[in-house]
Amino acid sequence: MSLTVLVDYDSGNLHSAQKAFERMAQEGDLGTITVTSDPDLVAKADRIVLPGDGAYPSCRAALDDFTGLFDAISQKVKSGTPFMGICIGMQMLATRGLEFTETAGFGWVPGEVVRIEPADATLKVPHMGWNDLVVDQPHPVLSGIATGDHAYFVHSYHFKVANPADLIAHVDYAGPVTAIVGRDNVIGTQFHPEKSQATGLRLIQNFLTWAP
Amino acid sequence: MLKTRIIPCLDVADGRVVKGVNFTDLIDAGDPVEAAKAYDAAGADELCFLDIHATHENRGTMFDLVTRTAEQCFMPLTVGGGVRSHEDVRNLLLAGADKVSFNSAAVNDPDVIASAADRFGSQCIVCAIDAKSVAPDRWEIFTHGGRKATGIDAVEFARTVVAKGAGEILLTSMDRDGTRAGFNLPLTRAISDAVDVPVIASGGVGTLDHLVDGVTKGGASAVLAASIFHFGDFTIAQAKAHMAAEGIPMRLI
Repeated sequence: MSLTVLVDYDSGNLHSAQKAFERMAQEGDLGTITVTSDPDLVAKADRIVLPGDGAYPSCRAALDDFTGLFDAISQKVKSGTPFMGICIGMQMLATRGLEFTETAGFGWVPGEVVRIEPADATLKVPHMGWNDLVVDQPHPVLSGIATGDHAYFVHSYHFKVANPADLIAHVDYAGPVTAIVGRDNVIGTQFHPEKSQATGLRLIQNFLTWAP
Repeated sequence: MLKTRIIPCLDVADGRVVKGVNFTDLIDAGDPVEAAKAYDAAGADELCFLDIHATHENRGTMFDLVTRTAEQCFMPLTVGGGVRSHEDVRNLLLAGADKVSFNSAAVNDPDVIASAADRFGSQCIVCAIDAKSVAPDRWEIFTHGGRKATGIDAVEFARTVVAKGAGEILLTSMDRDGTRAGFNLPLTRAISDAVDVPVIASGGVGTLDHLVDGVTKGGASAVLAASIFHFGDFTIAQAKAHMAAEGIPMRLI
């Protein structure tokens, strides 16, 4: 039986994500979903999901507060286990974050997390609400999802990838804002699939069947 | 392009929708979870639960309600009413709320916004502002359902709470609320020009043109309404189609 773990490191709302993954796992008979902070359980996972809400430095610190947790995740990812980061969980894939102060990210997808600065000064930050995706390159996790489909965003910083090959999708907010990054067995969504109605559930289902 | 949001608001007391929601296919018009599911299916962009009789004793009812909603509706949910502390925010977020709204607690002490935003991030901290006109182009904060004047200038207060870390303002015009006469547009415009975070316009919607005005004249990023949707005057789809026809970017279902 396939095991997907949602990593709980005391950073935000796991309940919605858990329920959305459980629903899709159940509908497609795609294994079990477990929420955990236990490195031993992470080591046994077939898939890893890292959510996260809040400020970059505090999320990174919260993750590091759980002894052995990041190492367990990192080891699995290096051995090819499919990994999905959501919101700050996606931003932490970067080389570094520049929210408040410079914080080291995981460095799995080169780039920096910088404040959104729309070219149109009347646009509000946070970038909050539904925006339509522009798919930059096909990806198995986007199966059935196309340019023009909407996803729900709420963030003030975004991930500027160093290598355009890692940019899977973006949205327009008086300039491009990164929506999805991906490299090898790692994918990250800036938006919240668990809050993006049918489009989000589809993406979750795709992740649960993804075999990179 | 980012779309303008339509947010139906459910006033909840003791775990039930006040006055009910009049959808033909609803089994229990007073069950907030049923209503939430109906709005999810109808293509609402977000939902808002407002606990209008929040007391210490009935907090558990709200947590349970949020939990059950988040299990079935995979869309953004804001919860407000009686939110006083860190602990309230944490419990609501853990139950499945995406955003939590402070109201009178922030009037009493704006620093409650700062501590919540530092801990949980600005993106999930909303400050609800209930304002009334007191003179031309001057609006004051009122608490206790609009009965108690505070002497605090609404525009000034909005700037303060945003500086403290509020990620969004839920602005209700107390002289329009329930009148169906339309949003207080000068108030909405004054607040949305004063802050760089999104402003949700609320209070007074009676027609679909009122929703349009809130965005085009008031500068709001989102519009909140209750009775026009609950009582079946208009559907979410009709509202979106009308706003889109007026040139507002909407997420059409």
